[in-house]
Amino acid sequence: MGRKLIFGLFAMVLVASMVVVSGQALAAEKKKEPPKQYIPLFAYRTGPFQAGGSGQAGGNEDWYTLVNIKGGLNGVMIEFEECETGYNTARGVECYERVKSKNPVHIQPWSTAVAYALIERATKDKIPLSTIGYGRADASDGTVFKYVFPLVTNYWSLSTAKIRYIAQVEGGLEKLKGLKIANLHLDHPYGRETRFILEIMAKKFGFEVKHFPVPWPGIDQKSIFLNIRRFKPDWIINRNWGVSCTVPIREAARIGFPRDRMLAVWWCGSEEDVMPAGPAAKGYLATSFHGVGKDFPVIQEILEKVHHTGKGNISYGRVGSALYNKGIIQGILTTEAILTAQKKFGNRPITGEEMQYGLENLNITKERIKELGAEGLMPPVKTSCRNHEGFDLMLVQQWDGNKWVQVSGWIEPFKDLVRAEIEKSAGKYAKEKGITPRKCE
Amino acid sequence: MLYRECGVFKSTYAEDMAIFPLPLDKWGMGILLIVAFLVIPMTADRYLLTSIMIPFLIYSLSTLGLNILTGYSGQLSLGHAAFMAVGAYTAFNLSARLDLPILLCFLGGGLMSAAIGSLFGIPSVRIKGFYLIVATLAAQFTIEWVITHWAWVSGENVLGAIDTPPMEILGRSIDTPVEKYLLTLVVVIVLTIFAKNLVRGKIGRAWMSIRDKAVASEIIGVSQFRYKLLAFSVSSFYAGVAGALIAFCHLGCVQVTEFELLLSFWILGMVIIGGMGSILGSFLGAGFMVLLPIYINRVVRMMAGVVPSDILTNLELMIFGGLIIFFLIVEPYGLARLWLIIKGKLRLWPIPY
Repeated sequence: MGRKLIFGLFAMVLVASMVVVSGQALAAEKKKEPPKQYIPLFAYRTGPFQAGGSGQAGGNEDWYTLVNIKGGLNGVMIEFEECETGYNTARGVECYERVKSKNPVHIQPWSTAVAYALIERATKDKIPLSTIGYGRADASDGTVFKYVFPLVTNYWSLSTAKIRYIAQVEGGLEKLKGLKIANLHLDHPYGRETRFILEIMAKKFGFEVKHFPVPWPGIDQKSIFLNIRRFKPDWIINRNWGVSCTVPIREAARIGFPRDRMLAVWWCGSEEDVMPAGPAAKGYLATSFHGVGKDFPVIQEILEKVHHTGKGNISYGRVGSALYNKGIIQGILTTEAILTAQKKFGNRPITGEEMQYGLENLNITKERIKELGAEGLMPPVKTSCRNHEGFDLMLVQQWDGNKWVQVSGWIEPFKDLVRAEIEKSAGKYAKEKGITPRKCE
Repeated sequence: MLYRECGVFKSTYAEDMAIFPLPLDKWGMGILLIVAFLVIPMTADRYLLTSIMIPFLIYSLSTLGLNILTGYSGQLSLGHAAFMAVGAYTAFNLSARLDLPILLCFLGGGLMSAAIGSLFGIPSVRIKGFYLIVATLAAQFTIEWVITHWAWVSGENVLGAIDTPPMEILGRSIDTPVEKYLLTLVVVIVLTIFAKNLVRGKIGRAWMSIRDKAVASEIIGVSQFRYKLLAFSVSSFYAGVAGALIAFCHLGCVQVTEFELLLSFWILGMVIIGGMGSILGSFLGAGFMVLLPIYINRVVRMMAGVVPSDILTNLELMIFGGLIIFFLIVEPYGLARLWLIIKGKLRLWPIPY
């Protein structure tokens, strides 16, 4: 009897949910509203990296909400929708297929693995793939990767910029000679990706780089730090992720390695990474591609118009955190690209193919940034058919025990060196895939 | 009444040995195949094919492999995802470097995986249960490590990702979702029939005897070494082919992180939820674990705007977890057993006595 009851209830719930789903589908077709600009968000609020996924999604959504409050993009309202990937590639691909029919303006997978899986599909479907700050580094070559935009920066550029920053602190590029740098990286495709570019730099400037792979998930790194202590590095590059970002800070404190000689990749430079380390994190350095804190007019405006009216998409305390600010920049880049495309194609919702034009002809000048209220939050961006990266400057931020403080100006990577590697790698990809690189200009 | 078993007389050995002796089952399967081969390709949209049907079929195949090992032979394994990775990377190398026909690549991926699987199956001769889990866990970590560190296997890609070359069968390129779906379907059906025949023949009976009482089966002359390793190699073969299908027909570009330990647990979960020692159970279990989260996600999304999105997304996990517990309490022997019970009821329905 009890079992029958349970099954009956279960069947009823199932049927009810199906009715709801189909009812919603029908209702959606009946609705007649002015067309909206549909932007999907591949967030991940579950899984091991949910801190990263939710922070960026929150920033993005807050920005779009603000744009809508201010009247949309030339009257076109933004409709954003989350699709949960849980940082799982298969779910990411499922999300892509789900949103594809809704004419997404671009796809931001927030996961390097999902980005890799989508490159070919998105190119075929003519939907741009914006991988802002991550993803396939050699996709910066627009002649081969027409629909992929690793805007802002990529891992290779970032790594060379790290070396330039180290040189700045040490007092010049010639001082790099003889330095010992430990590259502490997750033993994972993402972590290993920058090994070769650091080796090239080491050969060029005469410093010594030694790689210390951290086995996944990197909760225990005691033995690695034993080896690091033996190596006696001058600098440690922290290229981890999630919980494995925090562990090295504590371990460094234990062996007495100065935290202000630890330079982290931007994934390891969020509040969520340093807070758990407590006072040990004081002085810890991290790279980023945006200003820190919430003292920017644009964020103040969001606080006032979005959060104070109860429309916020993230808890109030996380506004202005590192990942949140990344979300804001990603949002700004998206809407600016849509505006660029609108200039050419008219003030209406933009298709993916038109967005490709928008992303490729992005030109966010200093004046425009000031107008947006994002001065200091982001540097100017200018993309072209050949260069899909736009800008590749980076900032260094330091944890003062309570908050991030910006400690450097915009630092340039070794552009020519990175560009040569990008073209080499993209050329190899084109050859494998039988792509003829398109002509630019 | 609906499901009649009486009145079916078997007059030849062939009829007696048929997979589906009942006309009703035969017709049902025929209709299912017509739906799978004709109706779905003609009516389904791209989303249904690429995100629902293809992963469902591939994970069913992989689950079937583990079911042979765990359900039929009673050997626990947590290295299944790694064997899938071996299949994927081998098939990629065969296709990209040697330019072999795609079906041969799948076969090669399966065979390579079978070879490595039987290597890691050797400890099973001496140990069983939890101890064997630990030994197969070693397979998971070793294989992941080798693929990450040996750049050659991933074609020297910086990220260790394999980007599959275009597929072709007899000069015809397999490119659209429908073609990929049909290719997956054919591979899965062929291997399912093979598995069905394997488990109801001599080998299957030997496996089941090992599962039920290893000592007794050894006494009656079943070689533990041979049959346990055979179970490992067949199981890994299925995993390898499934891995190759994921790389070529589903994702198109995979990293080794795709095949991490978590996936091994998931596939073990599919076996348990679907039903140990059941071919049908493999499909039901894969359907449950692959499709239900997507379905719940879509239902839960309806509440977007009302419920904050962070609660919304975690709701999916909560409901899914609750359902797993629910099904295991209601039917500890898996969904396949549930199907047996339904069949039993239909035998008498609508006039039960």
